[in-house]
Amino acid sequence: MDYYQLLGIIVVLAPAVLLVGIGLPAMFDRPLSETQIGRLTQVCVVGGLLAATAILAAMLVWGDRHVVIEVGNWVVIPHYHFTVKFVFDRLSVPFVMLSFLLCGTIGAFANVYMHREMGYSRFFLYFAVFLQGMILTSLAGTIETLFAGWELVGLSSAFLVAFFQERPGPVRNGQRVWVVYRVADAALLTAAVALHHMTGQGDFDGLMGAESWPFGVAHLTSGQALFVGSLLLVAAAGKSALIPFSGWLPRAMEGPTPSSAIFYGALSVHLGAFLLLRVSPILELSPLLCAMVVVLGLATAVLAAIASRVQADIKSALSFACLTQIGIIVMEIGLGLRYIALMHIIGHACLRTLQFLRAPTLLRDYSVMENAIGEHLQPPKSIWERLLPTNLRTRIYQLGLERGYLDSCLMDYVVGPFLSVFRWCDAMERKWTDFLSGGESRESDHVRPHQESVEELI
Amino acid sequence: MMQLHLPWLELSILIPLAGALWVSRLRDAAVARKAALVFGILALVCTTSAWQDFYTLHVDQAHDRWDLISPYLGPEFLVIDALNAPLLPMAALLYLLTMTATAPTKIRRFSFSAALISEAILLSTLSCRDGWGLIVLLAVGTLPPLWELRARKKPTRVFAIHMALFVGLLAAGWSMVEWEGAGPTHSMFAVGLLVAAVLVRSGIAPLHCWMTDLFEHATFGTALLFVTPMVGAYAAVRLVLPIAPHWALHGIGFLSLATTVYAAGMALVQREARRFFCYLFLSHSALVLVGLEIATPIGLTGALCVWLSVGLALTGFGLSLRSLEARTGRLSLADYHGLYVHMPTLGSFFLLTGLASVGFPGTFGFVGTELLVEGAVEAFPLVGMAVVFATALNGVAVVRAYFMMFGGKQHVTTVKLRCLLGERWAIMGLALLILGGGLYPQPGVFSRQQAALEIMETRQALLPQKSHPHPTTIAERLP
Repeated sequence: MDYYQLLGIIVVLAPAVLLVGIGLPAMFDRPLSETQIGRLTQVCVVGGLLAATAILAAMLVWGDRHVVIEVGNWVVIPHYHFTVKFVFDRLSVPFVMLSFLLCGTIGAFANVYMHREMGYSRFFLYFAVFLQGMILTSLAGTIETLFAGWELVGLSSAFLVAFFQERPGPVRNGQRVWVVYRVADAALLTAAVALHHMTGQGDFDGLMGAESWPFGVAHLTSGQALFVGSLLLVAAAGKSALIPFSGWLPRAMEGPTPSSAIFYGALSVHLGAFLLLRVSPILELSPLLCAMVVVLGLATAVLAAIASRVQADIKSALSFACLTQIGIIVMEIGLGLRYIALMHIIGHACLRTLQFLRAPTLLRDYSVMENAIGEHLQPPKSIWERLLPTNLRTRIYQLGLERGYLDSCLMDYVVGPFLSVFRWCDAMERKWTDFLSGGESRESDHVRPHQESVEELI
Repeated sequence: MMQLHLPWLELSILIPLAGALWVSRLRDAAVARKAALVFGILALVCTTSAWQDFYTLHVDQAHDRWDLISPYLGPEFLVIDALNAPLLPMAALLYLLTMTATAPTKIRRFSFSAALISEAILLSTLSCRDGWGLIVLLAVGTLPPLWELRARKKPTRVFAIHMALFVGLLAAGWSMVEWEGAGPTHSMFAVGLLVAAVLVRSGIAPLHCWMTDLFEHATFGTALLFVTPMVGAYAAVRLVLPIAPHWALHGIGFLSLATTVYAAGMALVQREARRFFCYLFLSHSALVLVGLEIATPIGLTGALCVWLSVGLALTGFGLSLRSLEARTGRLSLADYHGLYVHMPTLGSFFLLTGLASVGFPGTFGFVGTELLVEGAVEAFPLVGMAVVFATALNGVAVVRAYFMMFGGKQHVTTVKLRCLLGERWAIMGLALLILGGGLYPQPGVFSRQQAALEIMETRQALLPQKSHPHPTTIAERLP
């Protein structure tokens, strides 16, 4: 086993050890103590970060720009193989290091913030799933591995939104986030299968050529690139809360502050942009696709900028501010500015993490300042107040307040009609079974919880 | 033909039958449960041994040693081959886990002797390759739920009508096939009857209402054990797939695909937990049929993998729902129940099995679903997309149900609702299988691929003049 292989395996195994270490005892109803979880998190995250840093150092020293670590075939049968392969390049290494760094920061913060909370162990389990998903996605050398990591990130994010699950609000929002993520997952899986179908390749090296990122060349026609790229754009839009899926981002702030900071402020929301960067050779093949990416990014940035100015709570305001930057990052990707986009992601993720973690104390500081001066702090007057007529400003205000009407449009024109069709089918089925059984066929409509003695269970 | 080292197949059928006799004489329900568990474990040991014995022989098929059945009922009556080898222990395991996880509040309602009889019938069915033998066993298999419905004075008409239709169509279709002789082609009418029978038993829309009706009126355990082994798919592989022309396969495939999407959508709008489970199961079982009818090696392998993963995962999912019902009664999905605080292990298992059924990474269903989608796209690209869409809907439905059951509020109770020992064993066993198969899927996938190739060979042998219209698979382009 060579140097790269050893370090690469450590990078991938560190979050896996954390996941198994927290998950396995919990499965047998013997969860680890807070101290044990805290130490294990520290060891795994620091270990992974050090290994990733060592890989970066080695790549810089030896001038390697593209290191592939083949673990082997996970499944191999005639006509099909599922290869586990990780790629360390100029895109994945910074992203992996960013993931470890921010997860380590948040892990240390959450260890204190969640102290003696009832869901401490559950939080760190989701945290471990998230970290595993991020590392897999960042380093994926095949689109299947990327998809596996992508799904793990989605699941942990949705469950962190619903972390305070004894209240209906977080649960409802977690469910919404999950629905959007499933749409994104479906788009990504379809794109993956379509790529397989078109090129016979699932490896990024095969899909994008042997050149290291960002110099790869995809072997697709313009039409194929447009089709696959559109699906990937939907997947990225779902994950990064771009239009029309922007509604889930403020809802995601229901979760505990550490999760808001790391998942929706720093890492999770950037995953869509990361995907677009990873497949940027495909985007290049279709100018129309690039234009779509730019327009989507621009529209998201404008809407989020408007919405962020009318939010009444700091986490929502920050989430829309975050979305504004993501929109700009997506624009940069569409314009082919890949290094700028990557640097923008890293800088933005670090800044947002700090802002989210600072948010609760910032409110207190504002309160102290206002008490000291004896009045509310007045925001400075914007130039737009003088330039735009009142009527137009009111409309823009409404647009921001309603978050671009995106949620209501999706509910009224997509989800609502979809569910109505199936409710109608359900009613028809009821009539049919009533007819066949010669009476009322659905016991479940009237059945009450039976009163058998639950004491017998003790 | 090669023989196993012991008569495992006969033993695995006789043991539950003897158990049923023994258990029916016991008055005390708790003692009856313990006795049933012992016989269930023995049946599982025999079926697992048969499976292992078969694989050590490295043959296509094998019979029992000292086979007493073949001289009377023919050589195809009790056979183990690549298709049924893992299905037999899976069926025995499903029965054992269902009996193990039966809560004390339910042991007087759930008939252990009837369960053991059903197990014997099911194991016989899955061991049988003889046409008429299979038809008779499939027909007999419909009787235990019917008896239970009658015994509990529940409506039986919907179930009885559909099962009578199934048996009638199957018998008529097979009679015509035999009457037409052993030639490579059969009339559209004969094949159509068989196809219709398979559609009824598999619950393909619009012939699925018996399944929702069964879940409405039967005990959850009985309904679960009747549907989860997916004998409709088994009948399709044994009776239809070898002789069906492409139009028939495409017909089944199209209707199954429509059912997959339809049932996934229906699962989202259900307001009661059993009905939700039923539609979720329908969506998955139809997915298995979609893969079977693609009739390419990858699609078939995927379908057979999904068959196993869905069988295990949805049985686990159903068992956790059943455990919840044992504590709270029938569960509405129109409001939140907030049960996580009282039963975190059950909640986690509910989620794990639900996600495993939709092919979440890390579970055995992941690779199966990947293969199935891959095969579907290779044959018909739009089919693959519909499969992905249905899987996405099922994922949404599973998490919605989880939130409804375990979140949204804090359930107040004066008694402990935690998992009991039996439930915990069942949960751990299934969780380890699901995760173990997910992390190390190669042996399972390879064995299913062998079964897929055998099915393809049988089909090629009987339909030599027609090759598949889409023979070019991704594999042929891979090195």
